[in-house]
Amino acid sequence: MAIGKEIRTQIKSVQNTQKITSAMEMVAASKMRKAQERMSATRPYADNIKRVISHLAHSHPEYKHPFMEIREVKRVGLIVISTDRGLCGGLNTNLFKAATLAMKDWMSSEFEIDVCVIGQKGVGFFKRHGGKIVSQKTHIGDTPKIEDLLGSIKVMIDAFSNGEIDQLHLLHNEFVNTMTQTPTRHHLLPLQVDESEGENLGYHWDYIYEPDAKDVLDETLMRYVESLVYQGVVENIACEQSARMVAMKAATDNAGDLISDLELVYNKARQAAITQELSEIVSGAAAV
Amino acid sequence: MSMTMHVNIVSAEEEIFSGTVEQVHAPAVMGEVGIYPRHTQMLTRLKPGEVRIIREGGEEEFYFISGGILEVQPHIVTVLADTALRAKDVDEEAAQEAKRRAEQSLQEGGNSDEFDVAAAESQLAEAIAMLRTVEHLRKKLKGGRS
Repeated sequence: MAIGKEIRTQIKSVQNTQKITSAMEMVAASKMRKAQERMSATRPYADNIKRVISHLAHSHPEYKHPFMEIREVKRVGLIVISTDRGLCGGLNTNLFKAATLAMKDWMSSEFEIDVCVIGQKGVGFFKRHGGKIVSQKTHIGDTPKIEDLLGSIKVMIDAFSNGEIDQLHLLHNEFVNTMTQTPTRHHLLPLQVDESEGENLGYHWDYIYEPDAKDVLDETLMRYVESLVYQGVVENIACEQSARMVAMKAATDNAGDLISDLELVYNKARQAAITQELSEIVSGAAAV
Repeated sequence: MSMTMHVNIVSAEEEIFSGTVEQVHAPAVMGEVGIYPRHTQMLTRLKPGEVRIIREGGEEEFYFISGGILEVQPHIVTVLADTALRAKDVDEEAAQEAKRRAEQSLQEGGNSDEFDVAAAESQLAEAIAMLRTVEHLRKKLKGGRS
């Protein structure tokens, strides 16, 4: 008896999909926890280096670093941090929308734009729609090392110190909570230090620099930018996992709905077939 | 009671140590430095080596760092440690690699340098509309069911 064979096959296939999505949901949930831990582990470095930088802004260095100089803008650098893999809801779409808006804005003021892309999805997006990608980094995995990112960051920092670009921005998803991630743009270079932030000691002082001011400041500011980008990447991974978890949960629920709908149809068809068979038998018996 | 200061040792990937200590010894590029509380402000680069701290009560602790930056304020000392050995040529190589990859993918794609705002916007609008529709359908389904 082959009642509703097509429906049964379809139910089976939806069930298989549901198994996959629920597995992905659980994987994403456990990865999200780890990613969140990593996110909070990177915070102390960023906080500390920020404090050092704000001290620097309050001191009176004999040497003015080029990273602190505000120049007339002709060319803008943008670092976009996207994910490597899809199936994470509207995460990348929202990010690219923010990127497009910013770029549209810059293009209307006739700035040229250099893009540095981190993550496979971003590479795909800029490949489809053009845009001058000057450096890229993909396949950073779930546990990125800062060394993995240095190359692509260095390209942008070098471009800034050589005067090829006059501003550097960072665009990534900010982790608000598990349900919400918002694309945010940070102004990396030239450094904007809030003068009111941090304690103002009220008298003139300066650091002792070893070996000399230029060397130390160069390195400190480089590390500062690197740490911000690294933090962005780590945060984006936490966003990716939580967005994926939510998307996969929705997919699993939808598959469940679909299955119950299909089962209803299948049972109706089965009943109809049984009823028909019965009435055939009964009417057959009556005829005899 | 002896004087103390606060020390933070952090790397980009994690916090290594944070607490109150009496002394810090760190391998600065110009030679090892020993820091006591109320040291004048100082900013210096560190060589790979050991950071030695003496905690309140005289207990000694060692941390290996592979370079970094040391910032000294009278009552707070910050060690920004690198997680890996950093060499100029290695960084340069990585930068070249990142550039090369970008060029390669541009060639494969055969696209222009000009960002096509209109195309991007229309595609994004489509994607967002799709997401919204899915959301809508879900709500409707949920509403219909309950």
